[in-house]
Amino acid sequence: MTDATIATTGATPAPNSGTSQFDSDSARSQWKVVLKRFMRHRAAVAGSALFILLVLFAFFGSYVWKYSYQQLNLGRYLPPSADHPFGTGHLGEDMLSQIIRGTQFSLQIAIIVAVVATFIGVILGAVSGYRRGWVDSLINRGIDLVLVLPPFVIAAAMTRSTFLLEATKTGSQSSNWLLVAIFISLISWMSIARTVRAMVLSLREKEFVEAARALGGSTPRIVFRHILPNTIDVIIVNTTVTIAQAVLLEAALSFIGLGVQSPDTSLGLLINQNKNELTQHPWLFFIPFAFIVAISLSVNFIGDGMRDAFDPRQRRVKA
Amino acid sequence: MFRFIIRRVLISIPMLVLASFLCFALTTAMGDPLGEWKLQKPRSPGEIANAEAAAGTNKPFLERYGNWVVNFVQGDWGKQVVPGSTGLQVEPAVMQAMGTTAKLVIGAEIIALVLGMAVGVIGAVRQYSLFDYTATGLAFTMFSMPLFCVALVIKSGGIQLNDWLEKVGLGRWIITAGPPGAGFSGSLGTQIYQYTGAYVLPTICLVVIQFALYSRFQRASMLEVLNADYVRTAQAKGISQARVVFRHAFRNALIPIATVAALNFGGLVGGAVITETVFGWSGMGKLLVDAITQIEPYMVLGLMMMAAFFIVAFNLVADIVYAFLDPRIRLD
Repeated sequence: MTDATIATTGATPAPNSGTSQFDSDSARSQWKVVLKRFMRHRAAVAGSALFILLVLFAFFGSYVWKYSYQQLNLGRYLPPSADHPFGTGHLGEDMLSQIIRGTQFSLQIAIIVAVVATFIGVILGAVSGYRRGWVDSLINRGIDLVLVLPPFVIAAAMTRSTFLLEATKTGSQSSNWLLVAIFISLISWMSIARTVRAMVLSLREKEFVEAARALGGSTPRIVFRHILPNTIDVIIVNTTVTIAQAVLLEAALSFIGLGVQSPDTSLGLLINQNKNELTQHPWLFFIPFAFIVAISLSVNFIGDGMRDAFDPRQRRVKA
Repeated sequence: MFRFIIRRVLISIPMLVLASFLCFALTTAMGDPLGEWKLQKPRSPGEIANAEAAAGTNKPFLERYGNWVVNFVQGDWGKQVVPGSTGLQVEPAVMQAMGTTAKLVIGAEIIALVLGMAVGVIGAVRQYSLFDYTATGLAFTMFSMPLFCVALVIKSGGIQLNDWLEKVGLGRWIITAGPPGAGFSGSLGTQIYQYTGAYVLPTICLVVIQFALYSRFQRASMLEVLNADYVRTAQAKGISQARVVFRHAFRNALIPIATVAALNFGGLVGGAVITETVFGWSGMGKLLVDAITQIEPYMVLGLMMMAAFFIVAFNLVADIVYAFLDPRIRLD
């Protein structure tokens, strides 16, 4: 993505913004090329398919499946069967409906983390790279500071906070999962901020930015229309990595009892609740485990495919 | 070099001070250490005032922070304040836990580093071979697996191994509840038997996850070096391939991995939480989880500061190692 005009119009195709016919044509083909390269990466395509299936399963599964997650006393510890494909748990709850709900919460958390962390990281990185000077030093020291605090410790201490728990209450219902999501985002934005900053630092010296400045473009316009679209590849790849990490971090937090609390749920919490069933009722443990691995693996593969598709220099060529 | 170290140490002091303030704010936000005690039964105002004075929560936030900092730098890290707790002093508790963690982590880290480097180098030299694909796939799967599940599976495997050993009449070898508190005793043979029994599972668990990281890094940096012009020159001179790989390529490929290892090790000292929780080691991670659950502000603070200190220290080590290995880097 070295050709700035192509990338800019590619990200935001605007028919009457003065771009020539030639530009918008090549703009379309730029994204087509990326898509084509992505489709050639078999693992990435498989990962995308798996991820779409997981999303459908999590968000629409409960409308299709006959048991609700609230139904209990369906028979305790029934092994997987046609009626209960994932068996039942110790209260006689249907595990499939529990898994649907757990996957939904885990995905919600991961997606919120990806959006919030990317947003914070991109804005801070762009400002610090474009403004330089004392703003840059300030933001950099801030990043250093957050990196010094051990992430797991911070998240664990924050999720205990009753004060913050009160603050995120929606009506009378506490939304603990939202709190967990926000905390994980607050400790996940640093790498993206650093990457974007480094790219902006070099892009701001390019001729096309100078041209935009000479034409009288305002700073926000230059940053958001001309510079940031050129970093979109790095941002997308980084976001996928963040999703995978968020799923794992949430699961780990819930496992030691400092993450999502019931009545909310998540895959990590399901594993925590069933950790002693490992030998006697293995399905209660291994099924949520498999779902976490599936989410994380599929997102990692998507990220890998994206990286190859955006950056043809790193293409796998037989040497 | 010396000036650089001094400067870096001086920069990290305000950083640690700021970090300590943030940590203090966090532990305050964690909740009232007396909350549980107040709920147990009705307490008279006098009782509450006394308890608050004992815990130090009756003073304003900034004053409490000031007191804590002054005591902290003098070596008094406070003690447990929740009523009914043993009133343990924080500093010796943290130091003891750190010793336990270090014993576990250092060995595991060395094994993971050596294994990861070996697999990474072979993977790079034989790129796209069956070995490379297997190692890549394995590392990818490791990255996508929640560590605690791996730990739990390993633990249950250990218990089954014990059952089997008992059946064949060898006794239960694996210990899944941490190292014996009284230390190892008996003849040398028994000591080795006990030692391996306590260490083998948590070590495997830590190695598995670190190994994936190191092997990926080593492979990437080795590939980069192998494609460099000077390696082609060396091959063109007619040096044997083994000599090219080990003398010319490998030594340069070590530079990035040394940095990663240093950074990673700094984080690991405070971060083996999961492994310690699952295998019942009373190291820093276990102490931390307990302290957070019981809302012990000073204990959490002491552990956080210790972990932050290690991260800062190993960042510095990483920079120094980098400059030492690569003479082109000028630090000051």
